Amino acid sequence: MADMTVTPAATQRKRALPRINSRAVVMGLYLLFLLLPIYWLLNMSLKTNTEILNSFTLWPSNLTFANYATILTDPAWYMGYVNSLIYVVMNTVISLTVALPAAYAFSRYSFMGDKHLFFWLLTNRMAPPAVFALPFFQLYSSVGLFDTHIAVALAHCLFNVPLAVWILEGFMRGVPKEIDETAYIDGYSFGRFFVKIFMPLIASGIGVAAFFCFMFSWVELLLSRTLTTVDAKPIAAIMTRTQGASGIDWGVLAAAGVLTIVPGALVIYFVRNYIAKGFALGRV
Amino acid sequence: MEKTVNQKAWFLVLPVLLLVAFSAVIPLMTVVNYSVQDTFGNNQFFWAGLEWFREMLSSERMWDALGRQLMFSGIILAIEVPLGIFVALNMPKSGFWASFCLVLMSLPLLIPWNVVGTIWQIFGRVDIGLLGYTLDKLGINYNYTQDTIAAWVTIVVMDVWHWTSLVALLAYAGLKSIPDAYYQAAKIDQASRWKVFRFIELPKMMGVLMIAILLRFMDSFMIYTEPFVVTGGGPGNATTLLSIDLVKMALGQFDLGPAAAFSIMYFLVILLISWVFYTVMTNLDKREG
Repeated sequence: MADMTVTPAATQRKRALPRINSRAVVMGLYLLFLLLPIYWLLNMSLKTNTEILNSFTLWPSNLTFANYATILTDPAWYMGYVNSLIYVVMNTVISLTVALPAAYAFSRYSFMGDKHLFFWLLTNRMAPPAVFALPFFQLYSSVGLFDTHIAVALAHCLFNVPLAVWILEGFMRGVPKEIDETAYIDGYSFGRFFVKIFMPLIASGIGVAAFFCFMFSWVELLLSRTLTTVDAKPIAAIMTRTQGASGIDWGVLAAAGVLTIVPGALVIYFVRNYIAKGFALGRV
Repeated sequence: MEKTVNQKAWFLVLPVLLLVAFSAVIPLMTVVNYSVQDTFGNNQFFWAGLEWFREMLSSERMWDALGRQLMFSGIILAIEVPLGIFVALNMPKSGFWASFCLVLMSLPLLIPWNVVGTIWQIFGRVDIGLLGYTLDKLGINYNYTQDTIAAWVTIVVMDVWHWTSLVALLAYAGLKSIPDAYYQAAKIDQASRWKVFRFIELPKMMGVLMIAILLRFMDSFMIYTEPFVVTGGGPGNATTLLSIDLVKMALGQFDLGPAAAFSIMYFLVILLISWVFYTVMTNLDKREG
């Protein structure tokens, strides 16, 4: 203890100052590394193709929004966003609806085979989409669902339902069981208790699960591309259209890319403290 | 938490069971079906037994792809884990800057995977990309579509860019759970910065770090879209990883039998790693609860 009292506050501050600076430098460099490629995409999306190909500039000298206008006025383009949004929202709703009761069961009760079932769900989250691409294609073709939004939504349930169950179970475990028991004594039925009392208690968990279902369905391409041709084609697959006869339309490609980043960037602030938890399936 | 035994809980799990069975078990059975049969077209199938498995196990193509896959996963883990820990140690602990860093770091995680590929495809081009252009001007010969080394460097750097934040965020979550008392005790003992890391921070982070390593291993093991967009598996077969090879075989050449046998072996590996992952997770849960 003697050492602690001898150390004057002034030297401690002096020692602390450079350390904070070195931290800032490390973080600054790391964030620069992360943002530079994204900046480059944004930069290109605001240039004309002539400027992209003929002069190398660090920022657009002729600022143009023509690339964005191309996308937002051509149905062939913007329908891609609509298609993606439709199946992503469908998937999120389906995943959460089935995952909520299941997560409750896993967090509250032990029943025959519960551990095996929980593990089996995890293996589906880990299943490589490449293994499922061909069988899905044949399955949905044979039941006449090929090239529909629901086919993609159901296919994405493969990894999103396990994800939602695991995340929700993690949140539900934090709610004390006494709350359930009190509600049952007060004469609540299971359904009313679940909707009226329990769901508000884990609202943040539901939000986080919804965000991650949305995100993983949004970023996935292999399955959604395999299962669609025209009517339900996602934006990510339409982006290959820019490869025309006269070469690649870089400006429009970059603008389309920037627009796919927007949905994530819009809501990221609200889930910032749960991102680690979500990616680690509700544990951490 | 003590759980009550209640077999009726099965009814709550039933919807998930049916849905996942529809989207996982049925397709998987198709794969098993193909893996033991041969076809000459016209939907006529013949029993082929384990022939495809034998063929795949002795095919150089699969072993090469597996080798490349292991190399890729090994390299990215060797870079992302130390870098992630390093970044997490340097993150601000609380306040505005902590949120600021969290939001910006998460950004790459939320970009659609083919757009990640597109970003790096553009970024690395010598004529229009910042990275390629700069390297070219520095006199370094860099062409990821023709040079094997450049292609590998590009996809590795891309993966580091894409996923290091995940390791950092998990490590950060582990760091934040360490009570202040630990650091105070270390200060009294006059422990060096290295010792604080080695004996306090690292052991406390071990659990989440295991999750991070397993997640990164799994996800890099089934990576498809990003390298496919950037290199298309080339030059030659230099960056043809397992998933790329499998899709080429199944959807490109319609070699159903071998592709199915390939899928099943691929899946068994995944199953094994999932089991390790599950054990780590449940041990972690037990320790907390």
